[in-house]
Amino acid sequence: METILDEAESPSIVERRRSPRPGFWSRNETWILGTISVSAFLLFWQYSVSAGLVNPLFTSSPIRIVRTAIDMFSQGEIYNDIKVSGIEFLWGYALSILVGVPMGILMGWYRRINAIFEPFVSALYASPRIALVPLMVIWFGIGLGSKIAIIFLGAVFPILINMVTGVRTVDRDFIKVARAFGASDRQLFATVVFPSTVPMLLAGLRLGLGHALIGIVVGEMYAATAGIGYMISVAGSTFRTSQVMVGVIMIAGLGVGLTEALRAIERRFERWRPDNRR
Amino acid sequence: MDQPPVKLEAIDVHLDYYNERMKRRLVVLDKINMTVSKGEVVCIVGPSGCGKSSFLNAVGGLLPITDGQLRLNGRQIRGPGPDRAIVFQHDSLFPWRSVLHNVMYGLSLQGKHSKHEIQERSRYFVNLVGLDGFEDHYPSELSGGMRQRVNIARALAVDPEVLLLDEPFAALDSQTREFMQLELLKILARAQKTAVFITHQIDEAVFIANKVAVFSARPAKIKEVVAIDYSGERTLDFKHSTEFLHLQQKIWRLIDVVTIGTEAEMI
Ligand SMILES: Nc1ncnc2c1ncn2[C@@H]1O[C@H](COP(=O)(O)OP(=O)(O)O)[C@@H](O)[C@H]1O
Ligand SMILES: [Mg+2]
Repeated sequence: METILDEAESPSIVERRRSPRPGFWSRNETWILGTISVSAFLLFWQYSVSAGLVNPLFTSSPIRIVRTAIDMFSQGEIYNDIKVSGIEFLWGYALSILVGVPMGILMGWYRRINAIFEPFVSALYASPRIALVPLMVIWFGIGLGSKIAIIFLGAVFPILINMVTGVRTVDRDFIKVARAFGASDRQLFATVVFPSTVPMLLAGLRLGLGHALIGIVVGEMYAATAGIGYMISVAGSTFRTSQVMVGVIMIAGLGVGLTEALRAIERRFERWRPDNRR
Repeated sequence: MDQPPVKLEAIDVHLDYYNERMKRRLVVLDKINMTVSKGEVVCIVGPSGCGKSSFLNAVGGLLPITDGQLRLNGRQIRGPGPDRAIVFQHDSLFPWRSVLHNVMYGLSLQGKHSKHEIQERSRYFVNLVGLDGFEDHYPSELSGGMRQRVNIARALAVDPEVLLLDEPFAALDSQTREFMQLELLKILARAQKTAVFITHQIDEAVFIANKVAVFSARPAKIKEVVAIDYSGERTLDFKHSTEFLHLQQKIWRLIDVVTIGTEAEMI
C-alpha cells in the first residue's frame, strides 16, 4: 500500500523525467527572433544612409559608429572618460546598496523606524531627483563628489523601498515556524527574513542599476570635466552624432551587461523555484 | 498497571484577545483543564473559531495565556522550547530549502550538534516518514501529502517530548488523509511521542486519539473528554467497527449542540 501511494503521489516528478526534449526551434526561438530583428534594423539604418534617404549628420550609421569607436579607442582619450564614469558609478552604486539594504531592512521590520524616515523617503522618491542636481553641485563641487551624490540619490530609493516591501511581505507562517523552533531574532533574520527578501532585493538592485546609469549621464551633462556623459554632451553640442552614439551604446552595454549579471545571481539564488529548474 | 506520568497539564487556562473591531476583549479560552500523559494522543475537536489553535499556540509557547497555568513536566511553559514542536495546517516548508534542509532546520538553530550529526539525524526522520530518495527535492516538487510528511519530519527531528499538530491533514484529499492518519499512528508509536492533535474531522479524532477533548463554542470550555478505549490495533477494521460509529456519534452529538449555540450567538 505504501509504495503504491508513494508513486501515485509523485506524478510530476515521473512526468518531468519522461517528457521529451523540446525541439531545436522552441529552445532557440527567443534569441533567433531577436537576432533577426536587430540585424534587420541595422541593415535598414545603414541602407537609408547609404542610399541618401536620410542625412548622416543627424542619424549617423552603423558603419560610421564602428569607425568612430575604433578612432576613439585608438586615440585613447576615451579611456579616461571610462575610468572617471566607472569610479563614479562604483562609488555611487556601492554606497546606495550599503545604505539602502540595511535601512530598508530596519524600516521594514521596525514600525517606529519606518514612521521616522518614511516621510523623507516618500518625498525624495516622489520628486524628480534631477531637480536636486544643481544643489549637489553646489554642495559637492563639479568633481567626483557631486556625481556620486547624484547616482546615490537615484539608486538608493528603489533599493530601499524594495527591501522594505520584501521584509514586510515575509510570510507570517514562516516567522511562526521559526519562532516555534525557538529561533532568536538574529536566527529569524538569517534563516527566514533574508532568504525571503532575496527576490525583492535583487529586483531592487536591478531597478537601482538603471537609475544609477541615468545618474552618471545626467550628472556629467550638467557639470563635469570628464566622463562618458560629459563626452556625449560635448559631442552632441558640436554635432558629432557618431560620437554621441558610441557613448550611448557604451552606457547601454554596461546596463545590459550588469543586468544580465544580476539575473545570473538571481537564478543562482532561486534554483528552488519550479521555473528555474531544467 | 503503572499509570504513565503526566506530561502536559492545563490548569484553569484563560485567554482573551483584544478585538479591534468590537473594541473590547474577547474571551477565547475559559478555564480549560486538561492533562495529557506520556505517550498519549489527545485530539481536540470543536466548532471553528472556538479557540483550538489559540490553545495549541499557547502550549507551544507562541502565545501567552492571560490566566491559569500550562505545565510541561510540572514546569510552567514560558515560551517556545525544544521539548515541543508544532505542525501547522499550512505546511509552511521553507521553499528555498531542500527536503533534507527543511528537516534539519530545528536542530541547526539549536547549535548543539555538529553539521554531520544534524544531517544524519534528519536523514533518519526523512526515512521515517517514507521520503527516502527525496532529500534533495524542493518543496515545490512535492505533493501536498509529501509536504505534510516533511512538515511532520521537521517537527520530529528536534526530538520533542510533545508533538502539537494543528489540523495537519485538513488540506489533503480524503484518500491521502486516511493514509497519513495510518502513517502518523505508526510514526508516533515508533518514536514514542506524546501528541496533541487538533482536527475538525470527528472520524479522524476517533481513529487516532486515546482521548478526544470536545471544546465548546467560544469562549471555549471543555464540554467533555471522551476516552477512546480501543485495545486492538488501529487499522481500517477499527474504522468500520460499530464501536467506532458509536464513539463518532457520541462526539457528533456533543458538537452538534455546540454548533447550534454558535449560530444563535452570531444572530
Ligand atoms: N491574534 C489574534 N488577535 C485577535 N483575535 C484572535 C487572534 N487569533 C485568533 N483570534 C480569535 O480568537 C478566536 C479563536 O481563534 P482560533 O484559536 O484560531 O480558533 P480555532 O482554531 O478553534 O478555529 C477567533 O474568534 C479568532 O477570531
Ligand atoms: Mg484553527
